[in-house]
Amino acid sequence: MAVRLGEIRLRRYPLGPGMILVWVLAALGMGVAVYRWIYGLGATTNLSDGRPWGLWISFDMMSGIGLAAGAFTVAAVVYIFNLKKFYPIVRATILTGFISYTLAALTLMVDLSQPQRIWHLIIYWNIHSPLFEIGWCVMLYLTVLALEFSPVLFDALNWKVPLKIIRAITIPLIIAGVTLSTMHQSTLGTMLTILPDKIHPLFYSRLFPLYFYLTAIAAGLAMTVFESFHSSRTYGYPFEIKMLSKLVKGIPWVLGIYFVIRLAELFITGKYLYLLQGGAPAVMFIIEMVGGVLVPILYFSDPNTRNDVHGITWGAFFTMGGLILNRVNAALIFMDGSFYLPSWQELAVTVGLTCLGLIMFDAAVRFLPMFPEPTPKAVKRL
Amino acid sequence: MPISRRDFLKVTGAGLGALALPAAPVSASTTEIATDATASMLYDSTICVGCRACQVACKRRAGLPPDVDPSGLYEMPHDLDSKTWTIIKLYKDQNSDSFVKNQCMHCIHPACVSVCPVGALEKLESGPVIYHRERCIGCRYCMAACPFSVPKTEWEKPLPFIQKCDFCADLQANGEQPKCSEACPTGALIYGTRKAMLDIARGRLVGEGNYVQHIYGEKEAGGTSMVYISDLDFTKLGFPEQSDVSLPDITWPYMQGTLGVIGVMVTLSTAIYLRTHRKDKNGNNGNNGSNGNNQPPKGKEA
Ligand code: SF4
Ligand code: SF4
Repeated sequence: MAVRLGEIRLRRYPLGPGMILVWVLAALGMGVAVYRWIYGLGATTNLSDGRPWGLWISFDMMSGIGLAAGAFTVAAVVYIFNLKKFYPIVRATILTGFISYTLAALTLMVDLSQPQRIWHLIIYWNIHSPLFEIGWCVMLYLTVLALEFSPVLFDALNWKVPLKIIRAITIPLIIAGVTLSTMHQSTLGTMLTILPDKIHPLFYSRLFPLYFYLTAIAAGLAMTVFESFHSSRTYGYPFEIKMLSKLVKGIPWVLGIYFVIRLAELFITGKYLYLLQGGAPAVMFIIEMVGGVLVPILYFSDPNTRNDVHGITWGAFFTMGGLILNRVNAALIFMDGSFYLPSWQELAVTVGLTCLGLIMFDAAVRFLPMFPEPTPKAVKRL
Repeated sequence: MPISRRDFLKVTGAGLGALALPAAPVSASTTEIATDATASMLYDSTICVGCRACQVACKRRAGLPPDVDPSGLYEMPHDLDSKTWTIIKLYKDQNSDSFVKNQCMHCIHPACVSVCPVGALEKLESGPVIYHRERCIGCRYCMAACPFSVPKTEWEKPLPFIQKCDFCADLQANGEQPKCSEACPTGALIYGTRKAMLDIARGRLVGEGNYVQHIYGEKEAGGTSMVYISDLDFTKLGFPEQSDVSLPDITWPYMQGTLGVIGVMVTLSTAIYLRTHRKDKNGNNGNNGSNGNNQPPKGKEA
């Protein structure tokens, strides 16, 4: 049922109860965000002097950016390592990256006390600050992602000249993207290294930058599984299980290295004593390391689960959940501070922004040739 | 039995963490300052009588609004907040009691200064850590990173700024002393160079009185301008168990490592790219070099 409008294909919009809910939640979130800009953080959040960072920083920012790492990983796999068989998911992955980073920037606009001054990052420099580096990387990487994604748009509009220009600089762009991502994914970890006495030792580590980088790569790859799952369920694209199962083969390696180093650190530094001590930190640590690291390793190293639609999807969910739990544990739950539970307004903004992301993704899939060259068969199914 | 995080860090500080840090022996201190000569204050909790003259003098000089009850009567603030830069608190148990003064510690190596992405916090050569509100974007990283949780913000306002003690930097620049130490009638709070303050503190520790043999702030977080002596355990007075690590020294090597990361990633990516694309170039008549790489590979379909 694809309607051709010039070169832009209009696909049937997946308007069902689910999608209506997504729109409603997105609208609610935006409404609350506007309310927050007018009345301030005190009136809308449960943040306080003893808890300056809450849900928006630990979940939306730190986890959101981590989950978006698929964009640089897959781009590197395809363009740098020249593994062209993964090409079909490149566009969707880059789009997800672009959307995730846009959402992270939006979150920052909601979270900053002085959001109208976000541009100060450009004119006032402090090279000692991890956040300064992250700010710059995110700005630059957002530009890189937009350029990486632009061929899809030019393709759809049939603009030949810009397409040529972009294609000529594809490789430098990809290399810039990989470098910027490596920088800010690890620097998100560096950000927390300055809190040695405030984060519980089981979760604090001077190796944060390495841990953040590795878990982001794993969760970013897992995220591509989730995207394909979503696209196939919603739009009837084929679920590229063969290809995806090859891609996720890398995850046990990455998570395995992470697991070994983190456990080794635990024992070398003697921090395992806190595990023996029990209590909430020990329990959460075990949940994080088993559910978010070991389980995904098992899911993805067994060819049977890896090649099974449910197996691979569940494995992806566990990996993504593991990253989220890791960030929230370190930057919120086990960071010293006042008691905190997010207010409904904070939750509404978080949920709303996520829904906004879904809407953007769906719009792109609807209007743009996201998955290259749909075969007549695939088109017919739509 | 709970393990003290402080003891723990002492044992393991030189462990894996040190191993993992890029080898960069450069000091991270945002400004190199002569520690001995830096402006400093000594607070002796055994002398303080809790009159709160310092607290009132501070509010007056900084123009901070009073805390008021619903009918407009003045009240005592109960913690540092956006309207209170310094506060006197009382610790009391069955056998002992002691007042304690809180305010920004004006660290020698301030975490807040090193983390602020826009350089809104500045460590002056003379000692004070001051805030340039016209730069601040309100990320609140300073609040999270400060080991003493000193920076506070104006939550009730739509566009909040950070609020914290500025050590009366303007008065000090004119050769005057801060208002709090000036107001102190008992000499519990005195002002001078850091060396002078530490000398006095050491003298008192070995002299009469039941002093805990520790000068809080001498080494904590790499040393602070505000130093404390007391006859009670400092944790009772609400001080955090703070390791002696200068916090900016933890992050700075990583930040310096950034250039290395850029170099390695660019070189590595380029090398891998060249290697994996060798065959293509020979086989495909250079097609891949200029415009082929963003094309779907022939024969593959979605
Ligand atoms: S006590 Fe906190 S706010 Fe004051 S200088 Fe040190 S880090 Fe900065
Ligand atoms: S809240 Fe303001 S002063 Fe504090 S770190 Fe952020 S920009 Fe700097």
